[in-house]
Order: sequence, then C-alpha cells, then structure tokens
Amino acid sequence: MNGANTAFVLISAALVMLMTPGLAFFYGGMVRVKSALNMLMMSFISLGVVSLLWVLFGYSLTFGDDIGGGLLGNLDHIGFKGIEPTSLWGEKPDAIPVLAFALFQLMFAVITPALISGAVADRVKFGAWALFITLWTTVVYFPVAHWVWQADGWLFKKEVIDFAGGTAVHINAGAAGLAVALVLGKRIGFKKDPMRPHNLPLVMLGSGLLWFGWFGFNAGSALAANETAANMAFNTQVATGVAMLGWLAYERIRHGAFTTLGAASGAVAGLVAITPSGAAVNAWGAIVIGLVAGVVCSWAVSLKYKLGYDDSLDVVGVHLVGGVIGTLLVGVLATDGVGGATQLGKQALGAFTVLLYSFVVSWILAKLIDVTIGFRASEDEELGGIDQAFHAETAYDFSAVGGSARSTVPAATGASAPQKPHNKKVDA
Amino acid sequence: MKLITAVVKPHRLDEIKEALQAFGVQGLTVTEASGYGRQRGHTEVYRGAEYTVDLVPKVRIEVLVEDEDADDLVDVVVKAARTGKIGDGKVWSVPVETAVRVRTGERGPDAL
Repeated sequence: MNGANTAFVLISAALVMLMTPGLAFFYGGMVRVKSALNMLMMSFISLGVVSLLWVLFGYSLTFGDDIGGGLLGNLDHIGFKGIEPTSLWGEKPDAIPVLAFALFQLMFAVITPALISGAVADRVKFGAWALFITLWTTVVYFPVAHWVWQADGWLFKKEVIDFAGGTAVHINAGAAGLAVALVLGKRIGFKKDPMRPHNLPLVMLGSGLLWFGWFGFNAGSALAANETAANMAFNTQVATGVAMLGWLAYERIRHGAFTTLGAASGAVAGLVAITPSGAAVNAWGAIVIGLVAGVVCSWAVSLKYKLGYDDSLDVVGVHLVGGVIGTLLVGVLATDGVGGATQLGKQALGAFTVLLYSFVVSWILAKLIDVTIGFRASEDEELGGIDQAFHAETAYDFSAVGGSARSTVPAATGASAPQKPHNKKVDA
Repeated sequence: MKLITAVVKPHRLDEIKEALQAFGVQGLTVTEASGYGRQRGHTEVYRGAEYTVDLVPKVRIEVLVEDEDADDLVDVVVKAARTGKIGDGKVWSVPVETAVRVRTGERGPDAL
C-alpha cells in the first residue's frame, strides 16, 4: 500500500463530498424562497440514498469484473463481499486500499444524481425524487461509470478519454435533466412569473465550495499524488478562472452587466469542461477550454426560452453543454500525442452514446414514476411552495406574526411546567 | 386632526425624522413599503433573463397632527424628503375623526 497516495485519495474523497452540499447551496440560492429547502434536500438526500446503494450493489455493478460486452460489472462484490480493509486497488507500489478508492468513487455517484435536481426545481414530489435517484443511479449511473472508468468497460477499451467525469458525470446528468424536465413539463408560470434567484450570496457560497471540492474531484482522479494530479489541479484552476471571465464578457456584451450569477455559473461551466480534459492538456489548453466553455455555456442557457423546455436551473446549458465541450476538446487540444481527428471521433462516440443512453433511459424512468406514483407535485403544492408541502418547514422566518407553538413532545416525568403557587403552602 | 402620510425613499428617513422632531412632532409610525410612480422600476438580469422589477423599496411614514399644523408639517416632510431625482415619493393628508391614547384613554387632540 502506498501511504502518500492513500492519504491523497482519502482527502480528495472528503473534498468531493463537500461538493454535494456546495451544489445544494448553488442551486438553493437560485430558486424562490418557497422552495429553497427542497432544493437543498434534493441534493442532500443523495448522500443517504447512494451511500446505501453503493454498499448494496453499486460498487459491484460499477467496478466489479465485467459480465461481458463491457456493459456492467458483476455481482461478486454485492454487499461489499470479499472487500477487507487490507484489500488493495491498483498495482504495487502505487496501490491504495480498495476502501479508499470505493469511498472516492462513491462521492462521484452521490453528486451526479444531485446535479439532475436543478432541472426539476420547484415542482417534484420529494418521495418520487428519492425513488428516481435510486432507480437512475442503478440503471444509468453505475453502468455508464463502468463503461468509462473500469478497465473492462466498452468505452474505456475504445480509448475514450474521460479523466474525471465529463461523460459519466456531466453529460450523463445533463441529458437526464433534459429528459426529466420534458416528462414533468414546465413550472406553473414559466416565462410569465418572475422566478428570480432568492439569494445570490448563497449561490456564490455554493459555487465557491464546488470550486474548492473540484480539486479533489479532478486531481484525485489520478488516484496518486503525482505529476498527473498536479497538472490536473493546475488546469482546473486556470480553466475555471478563464471560464468565469468568458461568461462575464459575453454577458456584458449581450446584456450590459457583469452579473454575480454569471460569475458563479461561468466558474461551474469551466469546472465541468476541464473535468474530462484537464489531464491531457497544458495550461494554454486549459485557457482555451475555459474560454470556450464560459462563452458557449453562457449562450446555451438561453436555449430553454427559445426551445420551450423548462430546465429550471440550466443543468442542460451548464453540465450537458460544458461536458460535451470538454469531452470533444480533448481530441483537439491533447498534448501527449493522443489529439487529432481519430481521438476526436472517439470522444464524440463517448459523448453521444452516454448522452443518448442517459436521455432515453432517464425519460423512461421518469415516465414510469409519473404514471405509477406520480412525479409532479400538485398544483396547490407547487403554488404554495414545496418546502411546506413536503418538508413541513420554511427556509426563513420573515415575520413574527402568525403561527403558535404546539409541542408534540410529551412533558418528561418530574419536569412538568411550573405550577401556579396558589395551592402550595409557603413556609414563612 | 389630520393624518399625514408620506411614501418616500428609505434613505431620507433620518432627515425626515429630524425635521419632524425639530417641528415638535412627538411620535410617528414607519412601515416598510414598496411601490412605483411614473418612473416605474428597474431591470435585473439573471443568466440573460431580464426581469422588470416594478415595485421599488419605500418607507411609509404616518403622523397624526392638529388641523392647524397640517399644512406646515406637509411642507416640512416634503422639504426633508426631496432629492430632486425621480422616485422621491408622495405626501398627503386626510382628516381623522378620532384618536385615542391607549394607555390613558385620552381622546382627540389630547391623545396626540
């Protein structure tokens, strides 16, 4: 076991974990007051659901030996069977404990379905959402991650480069977001009512946490504290910074202002785009990727108004488009001899098969949930706010007027409320 | 008695309070309000989507005064509230039938 690599991967796992609450804030600030908590919860619940699935069968389906055809892992490690604290992943002398690798990869499986939630903000039943991510992670994420990252996976064998998740995470989540948004339909009042972000400082906090955690996401994917990790970390910073500048420049020209939401969104677009490509390019490649992602994603978020689908928080415009940009640009900008038309073809194959598979299966899953238990909240729940409908809470207490306390907790024996003194005999 | 109501820019509140105190007004009520006049609101941009925000923040100040002070007091408020820029607000007065001081039960001008 390599201690340095193990330490690096464990720390990276913790950094990636922080991205999910970061995403929750990023999305949470962008919705209206009445659904702020639900937005946080749609990300947070993934930390629970997917952690359980990962032990039950997720790890085995993703990183188990292939069952044939490069499509899925086998069931050898179901319930973490055969995995001991001493089990190792990788070749000596670089090997790390399987548990460190499995923890790191678990965090990817957690954040990917959480990313989808931005597309369906404000309008889904919370229980249906939890069921959706259970099914989606099982039927879409685990297989796709197997295709791309497991040595037996069919896209891995086709030499598609996806260093840290441009296809498996971002294109995958973006395509799913589009499919689910189409099944659910538009929010009531889409394009008519104002749906301004309720808290942009929360969005900035979220994007900052994402940016920070993304060093673990990207550099940690080297699974070793080495030159690849350093290159990836460096390019992550450069591409993200430049993407922010690109988005802001586009906005200033098109809309006349440098917006805070634009800065946060541009940074996330850059992070998405550098994810598949950052290990294969140099700093100048990172600048190009960042600039293209910033400008193109800034343009792409307006597509929903033109095409008429309601992807509430632009999962398509940022994650799908950003993921495709980064995945394809590997074929153009890779510096280690793998760039060129052949690689571009491989990258396109990877990007579009994942896009297609995710879109079709996600659409079917969403439709299945919709016709059985119902996916969408009722009109009353949506208009009144899904925070109250599904969480029995509100994010902010703006008014002291209204509401009275009614405790449902029985008073503990011997600690009842103070008695009136009039019946008590008081000693002089 | 008259009720003087002023809906003005929030940052003029301190000036108006001081002017009212200098005039001898004993008490007032301030409420956060929002609204628009002829200038309408402003435009905000979120990921390229432009929103016209019609209702801009204002404060609503209410003062009860005796009839003979009403016109002077309106002038005092207007002078203190004015910036000369668009959106300065409005001040008006209306007659009041009764006013009661809750603590003592005094009525009419005695309650002011």
